Amino acid sequence: MSARIGVVTFPGSQDDQDALRAVALVGAEPVALWHRDADLHQVDAVILPGGFSYGDYLRAGAIARFSPVMEAVITGAREGLPVLGICNGFQVLCESHLLPGALIRNGGLLFINRDERLRIESTTTAWTADYAVGQEILIPIKNGEGRFTADEHTLDELAAEGRIVARYLDNPNGSARDIAGIANAAGNVVGLMPHPEHAVEELTGPYPGPATDGLPFFTSILKQLVAA
Amino acid sequence: MARVVVDVMLKPEILDPQGQAVQRALPRLGFDGIVDVRQGKRFEIELAGPADDAALARAREIAERLLANTVIEQFDVRFDTALDSASAASPASAATAHGTAPSAAVTEQAAS
Repeated sequence: MSARIGVVTFPGSQDDQDALRAVALVGAEPVALWHRDADLHQVDAVILPGGFSYGDYLRAGAIARFSPVMEAVITGAREGLPVLGICNGFQVLCESHLLPGALIRNGGLLFINRDERLRIESTTTAWTADYAVGQEILIPIKNGEGRFTADEHTLDELAAEGRIVARYLDNPNGSARDIAGIANAAGNVVGLMPHPEHAVEELTGPYPGPATDGLPFFTSILKQLVAA
Repeated sequence: MARVVVDVMLKPEILDPQGQAVQRALPRLGFDGIVDVRQGKRFEIELAGPADDAALARAREIAERLLANTVIEQFDVRFDTALDSASAASPASAATAHGTAPSAAVTEQAAS
């Protein structure tokens, strides 16, 4: 019995198919979820994919946060459902207040699309157990509003509680304390600006590699769900 | 009808790279002495019913819930009086009239 991992498609989502493909690659059962779904079809975990949900109108993720499926995701996340928000998904998680802080326009105003070196800072989350603390990985970023910001108190708290999941080695956008990803206190909800689902295959991953540094996000959750 | 304006601005401590880009463009156009530019959003909301405290409270709730992300933004809610003071005044007087005996004059005013 394999784990069922849902991927939500909002109007304007772009990376839902890549996320579904990454789920299938590691041997989990991918389940497509629709933004109008009021329930989560018995999935064991949820991925909110990258893209421009609702055209990024108002603020990135602001409209998606009030979609019917998000009510179910928010309720589930508070009860321990593993949720990974990638890029736009991270923005949705911040707008939902499942994660603290916000993602604002990149420092140089540029939309940045390149492979980025990250350092894994926490392996105690549901999505990062298969990494080692301090491990350096190569994952693509592609965003215009990826600069993480929060008040100093929140940033101190994230650092002290080991909730900074990944940092940029070469901060591309002015993100506070080089933050590329964070987790909630329980570790089941993770938001990540870079795209691990674009680094899962030799053919399409970063070139020249390593091309598959994103895979452990998906193997981590699968192992946890199978063991549960 | 109550017409409410909501201004949403990034908090002062949040960097505004868009405002900075505008500021940097201005001297090239010959506008000197520009000390700072901040960019924000303005919403114009029309609410059914009188322009009273309840209408402002509703607009404030809308701003808090959706229009602004209070983690990074602050907002200001006010009646739009400058745009059309006549239409802002008539619903208020019509509302007052509902509390009193209706008269031909009030009916005429409410219909205008």
